Amino acid sequence: MARRGDPGREAIFAAIRQSLGRPAHSAEARRELDDHIGKHRANLIPQRGKGDGKELVDRFRAMAEAAACTVRTVAAEAEVPGAVADYLRENNLSTRITLAPDSWLSGLDWASQPMLETRGGPARNEDEVAVTPAFAAVAETGTLVALSGPDHPTTLNFMPASHVVALRASQVVGAYEEVWQQLRKATKKGRGFAMPRAVNMITGPSRTADIALTIQLGAHGPRDLHIVLIDDQAGQE
Amino acid sequence: MEFMNPGAFKANAREALTDENLRSAMGQLAAGFVPLRQAAVDRLPEFDLLRERARELKDHILANLDFYLERFERNCTAAGGQVHWCATAEDARQAVLAICRTVDAKTATKGKSMIAEEIGLNPFLENHGIEPVETDLGEYIIQLADEPPSHIIGPAVHKTKDQVSDLFLHHHRKHGRTERQTEPAKMVAEAREILRQRYLDADVGITGANYLIAETGSSVIVTNEGNGDLTQTLPKIHIVVTSLEKVVPTLEDMTTFLRLLARSATGQEFSAYTTISTGPRRPDDPDGPGEFHVVILDNGRSAMLGGEVQDMLRCIRCGACMNHCPVYHSVGGHSYGAVYVGPMGAVLTPSLLGIAETRHLPCASMLCGRCEEVCPMQIPLPRLLRHWRERAFEGDGVPAAERWGLSIWAWFARRPWLYGQGARLAVRLLRYLGRERGRLGKLWGAGGWTDGRDLPAPEGRTFQELWRQRRGKGGAA
Repeated sequence: MARRGDPGREAIFAAIRQSLGRPAHSAEARRELDDHIGKHRANLIPQRGKGDGKELVDRFRAMAEAAACTVRTVAAEAEVPGAVADYLRENNLSTRITLAPDSWLSGLDWASQPMLETRGGPARNEDEVAVTPAFAAVAETGTLVALSGPDHPTTLNFMPASHVVALRASQVVGAYEEVWQQLRKATKKGRGFAMPRAVNMITGPSRTADIALTIQLGAHGPRDLHIVLIDDQAGQE
Repeated sequence: MEFMNPGAFKANAREALTDENLRSAMGQLAAGFVPLRQAAVDRLPEFDLLRERARELKDHILANLDFYLERFERNCTAAGGQVHWCATAEDARQAVLAICRTVDAKTATKGKSMIAEEIGLNPFLENHGIEPVETDLGEYIIQLADEPPSHIIGPAVHKTKDQVSDLFLHHHRKHGRTERQTEPAKMVAEAREILRQRYLDADVGITGANYLIAETGSSVIVTNEGNGDLTQTLPKIHIVVTSLEKVVPTLEDMTTFLRLLARSATGQEFSAYTTISTGPRRPDDPDGPGEFHVVILDNGRSAMLGGEVQDMLRCIRCGACMNHCPVYHSVGGHSYGAVYVGPMGAVLTPSLLGIAETRHLPCASMLCGRCEEVCPMQIPLPRLLRHWRERAFEGDGVPAAERWGLSIWAWFARRPWLYGQGARLAVRLLRYLGRERGRLGKLWGAGGWTDGRDLPAPEGRTFQELWRQRRGKGGAA
């Protein structure tokens, strides 16, 4: 526990203030710094994090592919189970999949794909394929953002050798800062917000270059990361 | 090679220069990271502006460090986490041990953490009956080899593929592996399978933190392998070991540093996994650790604030300075005899351990300035290296010959006419001595140079003479 009166703690704060040559902040200075935090000001958003819907989705796709993801676009969410089945078959992957217990994702018509064997819940070590949703995606670097919670066990992002993410094009934003705004809104609690236990920013499959600086995919996490992108933006602009 | 003894730098460097494996590995490093970083920087036109913003932001954080640390503590605690303040390395080791003992831990998996290296956590845990298991592939390799890291982001960058093959063959026998693998893909797969079971068996997972976020009380790790995430998600307890200067005010501020980190480190646009962790598993969470502890280390950092070396606290540990350092390329990381190596280590190590034992480190540089050019946080590394050279000269332990030599040089340098005459004489003498071959194979008092290579003989005139001559011709002044 953090303890006021903890001698180690007090010594560190005293040392910091002594080196900086000033006492603890006044109540007014604290208010100013708290205000500064509360504004959540972006420092500098690169041009590449800006743009309109279609442009951002194209950029997201290009950046994700550059990070070794594969991306397939489908016209409607009803096509997701079929696209997942196709991907697994084409790549000779297991057809036993673990679905994130997310109401939208599990509400899709998985029964339409009799070759798929589905179950829900956190990952088990023997699981080979996880299928999950994402909270948002960032065009800037082709990054997916996932939030932990009852509907999305964190282990699904890391344990199985293959990770398939069903993403709606309308979830793609330009820059990371837009995700933080959405996150604060989605988890609003009182005057603040409640961070989920884990926020995972995922850019491509797991990789390492620790042996002779040659890149190998699937170091500890997924060897492949496939994105089924649902084109739900038609007529939105 | 004497690990963890900065006083052994000269002997270590001499040994390293004749190590063929090291030469081969270091050659690959320079050929790899340097162009990759440049290409990533070229793809982002705002890169230099981001560096400016990041430097301003970090200076603001350091000037208000106590405030942001208090906010971090308050919000981390509110989210169910526990913060442990540790003034010294010993305090931090004891804090980690006490947490491990609450669950009677037998093994602890570890994500890559330089702070864990700094406090010597692995040998300490071993001595107390807890087996530390490194899970970052590079850290795993050097744990098998019983060596410290030689690079802050690529700990095993000094090892060739063949050396890793031998290590795996030797150490994986007890896991039933008897074939010597030579393809990197197969080697990675073998380590993955062996380590996967270790994650599942571990009682405690220990990671570092790239950032602590004040507004949310979160810790942040950046990895490519996903090992840090398995380390912190699967065991009952997640312990973060980190240091004071890692705190940032908001998610937006973290974002600014993230835009610089991977590009500077590996030339990636973004690392594969950036994970923000806040508190333990919630009541309705299907997975995650039941406890979340953050061990915050000072260990000399608070004393760096407000002084000449404060700028070093801006470091975000990308490794660009060592990737671009000609001295690091030649001698490798182990020669420094310290946890932090390369230019950033040559500044940080004296700041943390004192200059007396570390006085060779700031001299392990040609002051060519490439480190400062590529530093995403604009740390004036050459200036800080000079600062430590001056402090070293003021202290004890400088050999008499070095002290006298520099004093004599300084005496002349303050008397320009005499200096000019002396230089004229010396240049003409050297020219005469090297008149046959244009270079000198041996020179009294300069054995440190001529033992390893010839000294080119001067052409006959001093710089000052040439300068005067050119100015006389109406060249640029």
